[in-house]
Amino acid sequence: MEKPLTKYILPDKDPLDFAAYSKEGGYAGVDKALKQMAPDEVTNLVKDSTLQGRGGAGFPTGMKWSLTLKNPGGSGLKYLITNADEMEPGAFKDRYLLEGNPHQLISGMIIAAYAIQAQKAYIFLRWAYKKAEVILKKAIDEAYKAGYLGNNILGTGYSLDMYLHSSAGRYICGEETALINSLEGKRGLPRSKPPFPGTSGLFGQPTVVNNVETLSWISHIVENGADWFKKLSLTGEGGTKIYGVSGRVKKPGLWELPMGTPLREVLMDYAGGMQDGYELRGIIPGGGSTDFMTPDHLDVPLDFKGTVSAGSRLGTGTMIILDDKTCPVAFIKNLISFFSAESCGWCTPCREGLPWTDKILQAFEEGRGKMEYLDTLSFHTRYMGPGNTFCAHAPGAMEPLQSGLKYFRDDFIRHIHEKSCPWR
Amino acid sequence: MLSPHEKEEIQKEIALYPYAQAACIDALKVVQEHRGWISDEAIRDVAEELSMSVTEVDSIATFYTRLYRKPVGRNVILICDSVSCMVMGYETVYKRISDILSIRFGETTPDGRFTLLPISCLGDCDHAPSLMINNDLYHDIAPEQVQTLLDRYK
Ligand SMILES: Cc1cc2nc3c(=O)[nH]c(=O)nc-3n(C[C@H](O)[C@H](O)[C@H](O)COP(=O)(O)O)c2cc1C
Ligand code: SF4
Ligand code: FES
Repeated sequence: MEKPLTKYILPDKDPLDFAAYSKEGGYAGVDKALKQMAPDEVTNLVKDSTLQGRGGAGFPTGMKWSLTLKNPGGSGLKYLITNADEMEPGAFKDRYLLEGNPHQLISGMIIAAYAIQAQKAYIFLRWAYKKAEVILKKAIDEAYKAGYLGNNILGTGYSLDMYLHSSAGRYICGEETALINSLEGKRGLPRSKPPFPGTSGLFGQPTVVNNVETLSWISHIVENGADWFKKLSLTGEGGTKIYGVSGRVKKPGLWELPMGTPLREVLMDYAGGMQDGYELRGIIPGGGSTDFMTPDHLDVPLDFKGTVSAGSRLGTGTMIILDDKTCPVAFIKNLISFFSAESCGWCTPCREGLPWTDKILQAFEEGRGKMEYLDTLSFHTRYMGPGNTFCAHAPGAMEPLQSGLKYFRDDFIRHIHEKSCPWR
Repeated sequence: MLSPHEKEEIQKEIALYPYAQAACIDALKVVQEHRGWISDEAIRDVAEELSMSVTEVDSIATFYTRLYRKPVGRNVILICDSVSCMVMGYETVYKRISDILSIRFGETTPDGRFTLLPISCLGDCDHAPSLMINNDLYHDIAPEQVQTLLDRYK
């Protein structure tokens, strides 16, 4: 099984430095793209590959880039940003890529920036990723020294500067327009769309924001072609995917597997199944803002379409397991408390609705729940659902709640009847 | 007053952006790096340095959770209280730390040695429960290890 993204990542070992990664052919994609391909050829190749963004929403990457290519921008400046904010509870894949193979990301960024003709590229890094910060700084320096960044890269006339920006810590800064505001030194509030960043992004210029895992693919695709990428997967959606599992499984961890690997295989073969004495009750497939799946969904292929058919989303592909010794209400309450605390406060439904939802769940936990509260909770999932808030933060928060109300309704009702949490 | 050293570092950050205000968060970080936290006076000085209003700088400083507007101890303990760490029992780790230091979340020990704060997911969920002390990440924490861990920080 090919594992392009994680091939050179060795647990507890330092990542390959520039020289070692180049020796393995790691920068060959950059040479090829910059010397032999026109920018729109690179974009078309990425389009042909069918690569979909790995940051959660799954937007086709090539299409995103081509929107920017159509926008020369007022001053001609353009920006590429790597979204390395990764703050979603249960998500931990980007850290692995950043710490394990920084040059894979940097080489991908150089090609992506060339494709959209950006002159500046930023890595927007989560503040807590201290180890990644040190590793990335060193790797960027090495790339400059080797002539892959800076003026007139490889003598091609193309120039690119790359900066590392460590965030000051807010989940909402992962949302691409909030990220742009934060990079401009402002409060990280989302912007209204349109205009989309592809038209007007960082400092008002056309900007592409892509996830770490997405950009880590680019040099591989340029080197090996679109068909190679498509064939890596088990389903129609190309590539491999970094899946992760946390919770009461025997071997929590991360694995790069073909896109569309069935849930059962990830959970049983790789994560080793449940720890002794624990039963599987639910799976949040892709970070805290995705709907629960259940043991009935074990045969679902984990790709964008498959997870939707199971009423959920692939999201980040890093799963959180709910076991039978953990209270589902407390599990959902934990997520809602997070989203409530991280609301940027810009729009009323989210600013007011999330704390309200949190309080109702607290009432259930303390045995003060009432039957009519179940309706209030459903009401909230609708009123903070897609289209009713300024950004996707609140709708994301509602996903585990709405599916939790469906699958774990009896547990909510037990809290009401027993006037306490049955798990405490 | 910003020290010459702080000023110099802030000017370096400003040089990376098309205009000074864009370096606001970085400037606040510089101050925090030097003083541990960001006082009202520091907000005023940064505002002056970047030609911004005091309210504007304050609204930014208060938005970000890792910019401290109140003094913190010499060592800051951040315990992940997000979902995977909850499932794997962060609460017992928290309780042990809280008992040993006699402080709760949001508090600082009277000798200024530790501040204890909750933090959302540290991106280390496969090794839950996880916590950070200053810039050091610790994971797969069992309550029994807590004392030894704390002893490393004076
Ligand atoms: C509240 C919120 C938080 C987000 N956090 C992240 C994040 O931490 N990392 C990320 O890559 N995308 C995050 N996203 C998605 C980004 O807005 C954006 O879609 C993504 O970075 C695009 O990259 P991709 O096309 O490569 O997937 C978040 C979205 C929302 C609404
Ligand atoms: S939905 Fe929440 S996070 Fe998004 S803009 Fe509204 S208040 Fe801010
Ligand atoms: S939930 Fe604690 S590190 Fe992710």
